[in-house]
Amino acid sequence: MGITARNWREYPQRYRMEAAKCNKCGKIFFPPRLVCNECGNREFEQVKLAGEGKLKTFTVIRVAPSNFIDEQPYAVGIVELTDGVSTLMQITDCDPDELSIGMRVKIEFRKVQTEGDAGILMYGYKAVPLRE
Amino acid sequence: MRDVAVIGIGMNEKWGELWEKSFRTIFVEAALNAIDDAKIDKIDAMYIGCMSGGLFVGQEHIGSLLADYLGTGPIPATRIESACASGGLAFRQAFIDVASGMSDIVLAGGVEKMLDVDGGATTYALSTAADQEYECFHGITFPGLYAMIANAHMHKYGTTRKQLAQVAVKNHKNGSMNPRNQFPFETDIDSVINSVMIADPLTIMDCSPVTDGAAAVILCPLDLAKEKFKDHPVIQVIGSGHATDSIALHSRKDLTWLSAVELSGKNTYKMADKNPSDIDVCEVHDCFTIAEICATEALGFFEPGKGGMAVQDDVTAIEGKIPINTSGGLKSKGHPVGATGIAQILEITEQLRGDSGKRQVKDAKIGMTQNMGGSGGSSVCHILEVK
Repeated sequence: MGITARNWREYPQRYRMEAAKCNKCGKIFFPPRLVCNECGNREFEQVKLAGEGKLKTFTVIRVAPSNFIDEQPYAVGIVELTDGVSTLMQITDCDPDELSIGMRVKIEFRKVQTEGDAGILMYGYKAVPLRE
Repeated sequence: MRDVAVIGIGMNEKWGELWEKSFRTIFVEAALNAIDDAKIDKIDAMYIGCMSGGLFVGQEHIGSLLADYLGTGPIPATRIESACASGGLAFRQAFIDVASGMSDIVLAGGVEKMLDVDGGATTYALSTAADQEYECFHGITFPGLYAMIANAHMHKYGTTRKQLAQVAVKNHKNGSMNPRNQFPFETDIDSVINSVMIADPLTIMDCSPVTDGAAAVILCPLDLAKEKFKDHPVIQVIGSGHATDSIALHSRKDLTWLSAVELSGKNTYKMADKNPSDIDVCEVHDCFTIAEICATEALGFFEPGKGGMAVQDDVTAIEGKIPINTSGGLKSKGHPVGATGIAQILEITEQLRGDSGKRQVKDAKIGMTQNMGGSGGSSVCHILEVK
């Protein structure tokens, strides 16, 4: 039961990339927080993160955690979205050799992992390289 | 605040795959070695660094268990957790306890029994030091996080693959002279680069190993050390610093910069009234080769981006200007996560006593330790000086 509630609780972020923008200083938090670590304000406006960004760094996971073993090798990176928020995600639909720091990516909704014996499908966001 | 000294040190005869010994046994073995080294007959309190007894051996409530098996009597015994910085933080809490006047003779220990579970379970237990919902959920691993730091560092500063490998080569060379180490052998640049790829660009020889091991040290007021414990040179703890940062790597402005290391280092230098140039020998948290490069920059030994060049130029070798990881580091010694920070204190104490044999840094008077949690979400530093 724990894992179901735990995944469900994160749906607004994993499915819709909902974030919180500080009403006072404008800093955007993903996931949302109760207090701004820049200005201490506790009032936020709900915003949706940008759908595009660029790769700040990346790696290719060759030895995966047990629930990702069937996927290896796979690329993971930190994406800086056009709204300035950086977050970690898999990079998919790509050959790891084509990846480079600074590369532009778009965000897509994908299956991220299959959890545990019950095989719960867990969805979320992944990055796909933008090819000019 | 009272001045504090380290009067005893101990670890297992050898770290590694200790199949025949249990969690509690490896701790008690190390603690008894420290007690015998200090020649004490009582302990007033103890602090034990342990990252994940629950996930590695199914054991929590560790303070009481270990006090019981060490035969200390019903003393206050506290388990300290800050991921891989648990040991360094246990030492800091012991230091604060003695400095405050609450306790006189305090044991600071660290223990981790990591090999009773399989590789997948080990990877999972270690990954709990990262952000479960926003890092681990996406399939990242610790080698993966440090690989991303390495790629960012190489991109920003031109640090080379070869320089990363040279960290491993240096630490294994130092470690080949330390028989307690899990892997006391030498290696070369090609062997590091051509070993199995774990997370590009890091191979298995860029990573510290999975290890069973424990370490312990004894602290007391400096005055008591000078009066009663004269068998060894008196080693004073002259600085202590602790800082935190976001545990999610992606939340940091500069992916190449370990802010918690910088801040914990600055606070330690300030308390000790020392500068990076005053340090004769330093143990840093080389959980991955890139981590040593970043830590030596954040501690102010080198300018940002110059850590790789420093290794290449042998500046961090035992004979260099600032010897780093004379013990062999986590890389060669092994990395039983909760014990690592205590073993760093042990190495520096030995160096300052002049007891390091072939690894001895000439005229070492002031030594430093830096112990890090996760991908840099916590860091603890200490500076020790021989009196």
